[in-house]
Amino acid sequence: MAEGTGSFRRVERPLSPHLQIYRIQMTSVSSILTRITGHALMAGVILGVWWLLAAAVSEPYFALANAVMTSWFGKLVMTGSLWAVWYHYLAGLRHLLFDARLGLEIKTAERLGWACILGSVALTALTLVIV
Amino acid sequence: MQYITDRKRAVGAGAAHTGTAHHWFMTVSSVALAVMLPVWLYLFGAAIGGTRDQVVAAFANPFTAILTALVLVVSMRHFAKGSAVMVEDYAHGTARKAGLIFVSSLAAVIATTGLYALIRIAL
Repeated sequence: MAEGTGSFRRVERPLSPHLQIYRIQMTSVSSILTRITGHALMAGVILGVWWLLAAAVSEPYFALANAVMTSWFGKLVMTGSLWAVWYHYLAGLRHLLFDARLGLEIKTAERLGWACILGSVALTALTLVIV
Repeated sequence: MQYITDRKRAVGAGAAHTGTAHHWFMTVSSVALAVMLPVWLYLFGAAIGGTRDQVVAAFANPFTAILTALVLVVSMRHFAKGSAVMVEDYAHGTARKAGLIFVSSLAAVIATTGLYALIRIAL
């Protein structure tokens, strides 16, 4: 084969998906957001589990964890995680629809993408009001 | 000699012969989380901001304790397997192996720490 002979020069071909000229669409954005929210949620999970561990261990430890949890930083992480969990939740439901061969028309899929984004904001606001 | 037919051996296996099991696990765990999370988010959110005694009392409740344990275990397996796909998508070679070990371990540490805290609180 040509590879490894030394005289072979690899041709510089553009790599997919051509990020500089890629036109983003609702379907791609909503898909990427699912992955991002799923991973970003770990911030909220780590803070929440640490806070629970502190509550289990001792009063001074809980005072520290609870101070972080109820600080502006803790509230930012928890509110962000709340939106992330609702977005990931709705996007997951959308995947269940797709698996059932529903909503695969491009127009419908784009509407469902908007539904995930707007719905997650609405559910976040609703949760903050209730809790 | 195998008496199973070629078709029977192929049905449900998918092109890679392993991906369907992963996909089905994510489907099952996502449905479980979809059922549990609205209730759990309410219970967890209500517990934030309380004194230590109030927090301990909230998670000592059997329903809350069991639900929290389930959410922890299922969500951390869901995360580990979902994150593993991201590692497989973007990382190669040693970085891939290290990444797969890392996300799996992180999920295990978080789930076990949460369960330890729950056991100390609830029992």
